[in-house]
Amino acid sequence: MTFISADPGAVALQRRRASRRTSLTIALLAGLTAALFVITLVVGQTVTPIDEVLAVLLGDEVPGTGFLVGTLRLPRAVLSLLVGTSFGLGGVTFQIMLRNPLASPDIIGISSGASVAAVFAIVVLALNGPIVSVFAVTAGLAIALLIYALSFRDGVVGSRLILIGIGVASMLQSATAYILSIAPAWSLQESIRWITGSVNGARLEQALPVAAALLVFGTILIRLSRDLALLRLGEDAASALGVRVELTRILAIVAAVGLIAFATAATGPIAFVAFLSGPIAARIVGPGSVLVPAALVGAILVLAGDYAGQQLLPSRYPVGVVTGALGAPYLIYLLIRSNRGKGMA
Amino acid sequence: MTRTSFTVSDLSAGYADRLILNGIDLEIPVGAVTAIVGANACGKSTLLRTMARLLAPRKGTVRLDDVPIHTMPPKRLARRLGLLPQSPIVPEGITVLDLVSRGRHPHQGMFGFWTGKDDAAVAEALAATRIAELAERPVDELSGGQRQRVWVAMALAQNTQILLLDEPTTYLDVTHQIEVLDLLTDLNRARGTTIVMVLHELNLATRYADYLVAMVAGEIRVHGAPRDVLTEANVREIFNLDSRVVTDPVSGKPMILPVGRHHCAHERDAAASSTA
Repeated sequence: MTFISADPGAVALQRRRASRRTSLTIALLAGLTAALFVITLVVGQTVTPIDEVLAVLLGDEVPGTGFLVGTLRLPRAVLSLLVGTSFGLGGVTFQIMLRNPLASPDIIGISSGASVAAVFAIVVLALNGPIVSVFAVTAGLAIALLIYALSFRDGVVGSRLILIGIGVASMLQSATAYILSIAPAWSLQESIRWITGSVNGARLEQALPVAAALLVFGTILIRLSRDLALLRLGEDAASALGVRVELTRILAIVAAVGLIAFATAATGPIAFVAFLSGPIAARIVGPGSVLVPAALVGAILVLAGDYAGQQLLPSRYPVGVVTGALGAPYLIYLLIRSNRGKGMA
Repeated sequence: MTRTSFTVSDLSAGYADRLILNGIDLEIPVGAVTAIVGANACGKSTLLRTMARLLAPRKGTVRLDDVPIHTMPPKRLARRLGLLPQSPIVPEGITVLDLVSRGRHPHQGMFGFWTGKDDAAVAEALAATRIAELAERPVDELSGGQRQRVWVAMALAQNTQILLLDEPTTYLDVTHQIEVLDLLTDLNRARGTTIVMVLHELNLATRYADYLVAMVAGEIRVHGAPRDVLTEANVREIFNLDSRVVTDPVSGKPMILPVGRHHCAHERDAAASSTA
């Protein structure tokens, strides 16, 4: 079938070079994530010797350190890692699918929907535990469906969906604020979690549903990653290459909403992590697949943001305040850029 | 190679509440270059999109070797039938090599393991479109002509028996239009690929196609060899345009010269009669 002489060796070489670069980047990001995880365990107000930390992790009774590491730092680090990964993966999936960085679930109201449902379940219905996650996931999916339906007119245009999503998000945020304000016994600390997100007071059992969701939905998304990458060429091109466009889209939306909602039910909507992870990862890896790098960037943002909020800044801030301060300027930058006719494509 | 057939029978299709195609019957000549022509909004893109399964028929079927394509598993269909859409999207920062490699997707299993066969197909596609030296450049930095060659290369890497193209020369200057059409002719002659394209430019369609399909208002008005299709009467019916048909001195095929209200030999007489 060959109609021209060509050099497959050169292609193989170039392809291997590109994939080696992607693997290296992923390894570096994973290394950074692991380092931040260890720092969170070891270095706080005081530095705990590594061997004592290991002893606690292995289940030994170490007076003092047992409480410090086992009860305070470990749940915090584990939860940060899991929710950061979930936000990063869920966010980038939406951004890829709608081909727009503004289409992140924390901008278009899906995180706010999950958050308001969790607050409603906890404050008004006095529930706790996994049932709260069920509320959050249901509301997240309902909001996704709502903004899709509201923006549907001869198909869905990304920019229309985003504007409607932003409107829905602010409505839901004021609903959250209202529920919090009518709950007299509600502490400020807890309120902040549902407004900007926080891993304060993390417990290990909170990590379990988030880990399960990450396992299930994360696997689905990784399996879909090649189809998602083809969707970036447009629906027609993807379909011509054998992608089941509608099925891929529905599975990806359900998986991404699931990740966002389970994470939000545990820590609140940690500001801008979903929004920032994808674009940062794309900057770092370049054209390669961005799914796994974005998940790692999400984990790095939450671990580093929380560590900075607890240890590096003059006063203690919840992680959402730190990531919020990072994300807001980037949002403004994107809006300015899109107003000049770039970046919305 | 087994003999392929690609047929459209009693096909009706459209969008939302608008029916655009109405009872189309067509047998695509295998191993030939077919061009679908017609005025704007006559349904030629809709026909191509339905033949590529981007659009489900309301009625009728599109069959590849007597199997309705709308019942075939998508990847299996994509190994045999390729499509270059009218305006595919270039993801930010994607390299030429990466984009062309996407054409191998239907040939790979669930995990996308890459084989020597894939490398060979991609290398051949890059060489045939003369973009091998651009392989590691980002596509969004290339010129329009180069970019279109990258998309054609992706379709070549897909290595299908049939390739559909929706206006592959739009937005290109005349040099690059000829370049793309020559490339498709190479592909047709060397691999025997059946090519079906929607083309705007009637004279280029006539020159490059072995078979012309002319549509009016969602129906096929006339089809056949360019010599039989391109008559002055047919052009008037298809495009609502007066014309002269002459022999193209370059290709020896027919070629139309449109007749408008101005700058034509009869204009003086017309002007004279209106003032009289």
